Amino acid sequence: MNNEAIFKFRSISENEAFARMVVASFIAPYDPTIGELTDLKTVVSEAVTNAIIHGYNGSHDQWVYMTLLMEENVLTIEVKDEGIGMNDIEEAMQPLYTTKPEMERSGMGFTIMEHFMDAVEVTSIASKGTTIRMSKHLASVQAECH
Amino acid sequence: MAFTVQAEIKKNVLLLRMHGELDHHATEKIREELLNLMEEHDITHLVLNLAELEFMDSSGLGLMLGRYKHLQKKNGSMIICAISEPVKRLFEMSGLFRIMIIESSEDQALMRLGVA
Ligand SMILES: Nc1ncnc2c1ncn2[C@@H]1O[C@H](COP(=O)(O)OP(=O)(O)OP(=O)(O)O)[C@@H](O)[C@H]1O
Ligand SMILES: [Mg+2]
Repeated sequence: MNNEAIFKFRSISENEAFARMVVASFIAPYDPTIGELTDLKTVVSEAVTNAIIHGYNGSHDQWVYMTLLMEENVLTIEVKDEGIGMNDIEEAMQPLYTTKPEMERSGMGFTIMEHFMDAVEVTSIASKGTTIRMSKHLASVQAECH
Repeated sequence: MAFTVQAEIKKNVLLLRMHGELDHHATEKIREELLNLMEEHDITHLVLNLAELEFMDSSGLGLMLGRYKHLQKKNGSMIICAISEPVKRLFEMSGLFRIMIIESSEDQALMRLGVA
């Protein structure tokens, strides 16, 4: 069974938990393993947190967009903001790289996303915004019989 | 599930039992209170009991690393107990596993610090 869902929510930190719940609910019909569920909630949390604290610099009245797509056992998650964007994506994705050490960020978000997903694609334009697109083949999803 | 924390002070040791989901929202809410508590009671050692922690992401890593660095300056230590598999993986990824002391239970951690 293929499925797709699109969400748009405000850039407030309460929506980090909301986004995690959304991805958990979206994949529930596919009987994910506990491990898959934890991994997916973690990567969504990382991407949405980044949109809020980096993309929008903590301002509360912006929109974060999330699209979930399940297609042939592959889940694709897209998280988008229309915030400040990045100049050097490669540098930003290095482990331990952070521009907000004073906020006690550890620079591990992208590393976690890359570790838990099969593929992570980042597009970003300075002062326009950032889109994270990541996908994972879910082993627990049964192939449909035709 | 919302994040709550139960604190107990034994001499210069602060024991924190964490419940629920430790994310950016939760760390922002507890950081200041935690810093004040540590300051007020001149805390040198921190014990984190993660038995009831249901979720954690990089925000939790940042909070722990921040307290670790802070305690290091006072020659203190930080002990993590009842760590789950997912949190352990985050610890390994970020290098925290190498610098934190890991104990299986709260009792063991308190014994190690001589305040059991
Ligand atoms: N949505 C975004 N918009 C603008 N910049 C971003 C965005 N996401 C990430 N960045 C930049 O990339 C850097 C690295 O991100 P990453 O998530 O790996 O670490 P962090 O958020 O700084 O720390 P942590 O995730 O460990 O709390 C950030 O410090 C920030 O400069
Ligand atoms: Mg991050």
